[in-house]
Amino acid sequence: MEKSEASMQQDAVLLRPIEQTSWKFWVFIGILLAIWLWGMFAWLTQLRHGLEVTGLNVPVYWGLYITNFVFFIGISHAGTLISAILRLSHAEWRRPITRAAEVITVLVLFFGVGCVLLDLGRPDRALNVLKHPNFMSPLLWDVTSISIYLTASTVYLYLPLIPDIAILRDHMPKRRWFYRILSLGWTGSERQHRILEIAIATMAVLVIPIAVSVHTVVSWVFAMTVQPMWHSTIFGPYFVVGAIFSGIAAIIIAMAAIRKVYHLESYLKPIHFNNLGLLLLVMSLLWFYFTFAEFLTTYYGSEPSHMVVFLSKTEGEFAPYFWTMVVACVVIPLALLGNGRTRGTVWGTVVASVSVEIGMWLERFLIVIPSLSRPRLPFAAAHYSPSWVEWSLLASFVAMFIFLYAVFTKLFPIISIWEIREGRERSVLEVSRRVQSYLDSAVPPALDQKSS
Amino acid sequence: MARWAMVIDLDRCTACQACVVACQVENNVPPTGVGEAEKGRAISWLRVVPFVDEEAHGTRPPLRLTPLPCQHCDNPPCTKVCPVQATSIDDEGLVAQIYPRCIGCRYCTTACPYTVREFNWKRPEWPEPMEQGLSPDVSIRPKGVVEKCTFCHHRLQRARDRARAENRELQEGEYMPACVETCPSGAMAFGDWDDPRSEVSRLSQSPRAFHLMEELGTEPKVIYLSKGEWGGEV
Repeated sequence: MEKSEASMQQDAVLLRPIEQTSWKFWVFIGILLAIWLWGMFAWLTQLRHGLEVTGLNVPVYWGLYITNFVFFIGISHAGTLISAILRLSHAEWRRPITRAAEVITVLVLFFGVGCVLLDLGRPDRALNVLKHPNFMSPLLWDVTSISIYLTASTVYLYLPLIPDIAILRDHMPKRRWFYRILSLGWTGSERQHRILEIAIATMAVLVIPIAVSVHTVVSWVFAMTVQPMWHSTIFGPYFVVGAIFSGIAAIIIAMAAIRKVYHLESYLKPIHFNNLGLLLLVMSLLWFYFTFAEFLTTYYGSEPSHMVVFLSKTEGEFAPYFWTMVVACVVIPLALLGNGRTRGTVWGTVVASVSVEIGMWLERFLIVIPSLSRPRLPFAAAHYSPSWVEWSLLASFVAMFIFLYAVFTKLFPIISIWEIREGRERSVLEVSRRVQSYLDSAVPPALDQKSS
Repeated sequence: MARWAMVIDLDRCTACQACVVACQVENNVPPTGVGEAEKGRAISWLRVVPFVDEEAHGTRPPLRLTPLPCQHCDNPPCTKVCPVQATSIDDEGLVAQIYPRCIGCRYCTTACPYTVREFNWKRPEWPEPMEQGLSPDVSIRPKGVVEKCTFCHHRLQRARDRARAENRELQEGEYMPACVETCPSGAMAFGDWDDPRSEVSRLSQSPRAFHLMEELGTEPKVIYLSKGEWGGEV
């Protein structure tokens, strides 16, 4: 008990956001809610008048809502997938990161689904998807895959939360009943720990194929049609790479924010940003490879209907967005993350991440709109510019996401306390044993003795 | 079982748009205001669309005006993507839309390479006294659903009912969409493509016959006839 009290002292800063809330937080929440209310007004306008109030037209039947859908679902790959990979690969530096990342996934998925509901001409009939499902339709694959992903990542977020909820139950004066229910009678016994570890490991394995399937089927919504520059075999992996890319950038931004606001500098160190920055760098190169392959193949095939879309992106109406995307997704991240001095700093990785988010949103926009506005029948070509309703709803979704994220940090520790402790108590020994096991048997006997 | 098909003879078509008007009236297609039309939201089940002939060089008309209804593909790209089975192809090859089931996701409209599916951006309205002339045979589509050319399916039902009442088979020419019936230059024909004696199957044998975007494998049941090069860029 004494030991636990001592370590409570040590990690007190992790509980502070839950214990006390400054006026700044309420102001921040107020601003977010105001943006959200504005979005709700836009939504009511759309409900009353129909999709007439958007900038959509014939043939650009899909616009900002679908762009945001793909973007948000992409961000969702931040948490669960990255965290699962880091857990399974025993990356010790993951400990302060995983929870902050997993929360992003669970929350952002709701907004991804929300975007589709916004896009429906008849949201009141959305349940027809369950009443009359057509499993031939890639949209139904989305419904299936995203529901499974949402369930799995919620469980995956909740499991490692249980020991921390028990800490809150034992130490928090307020909301005891809430934490008591959620802690499921956690006592921290050896047996409970064993079961929890097995459960987390199982979920981590399960969640990876599910996450990959999610963005694959999102891409197939486009790729399964015959439309120019949608009908591409690499769309599945291309979208998954883009999703992980924008997801890692989202984690870095979220980490920097909670680090600054809640003074978590001693937990989220530059080394964590450096390591995630390296991952982001790799994803940037991978994304560039896919984009290059996609565009070069289209260019060499030079089918007329594809070329119309291709040229509209590279030198036509969409060229400013296209080249901004290239700079934001490749040039800026490579410059900042390829250099060890900027990658090793928080600001360096954060600037790169913000750039990546802008670039990846543009990428989604450039996938959805140009193919639709340049259909095969040339007479139907049209211009699309989103209306205030569509922009307001994007703003309100982003605001609402940040709001829910902030609320989460007020209810639960955003850095996993028990995993940090576990790292402190066990990791060093574990890692040195692991390293030793990699070495050949001709190790000096002295070292061998030290570990055992 | 019949397989309904339409022939459009572009060499006879004068682009007078009588078919377009007939279709609007027959199918209760609401008129779109100028403002909405400028935003590209006019609903029309049948359009006369221009194809620019860039190689005409003064030797022939630089524009090819082409009536474009739903192609009623035998392999429709729209039906398989509908998440709620609101659109399907029936035994006689007609691609139909169930308005009360459609959720308005517009996946079918984006999947259709012919851009012939229409979306109801708002509640349909008819200025007085147009609403008194609505056809009782065709349901009015609510806001937020997709609609499309049905080959005047209600006319098939009516013709079939009449034939059944008179205890006989359906005759060639008894079922005919409004556009075909209206065409003043006789550029359109309609009938059972599987019946070797029908006008449609005779015309489809013509060396002038072709389909729009044949290479996509959609197998349209609208057959165009044209002498010489047509458009060329599709």
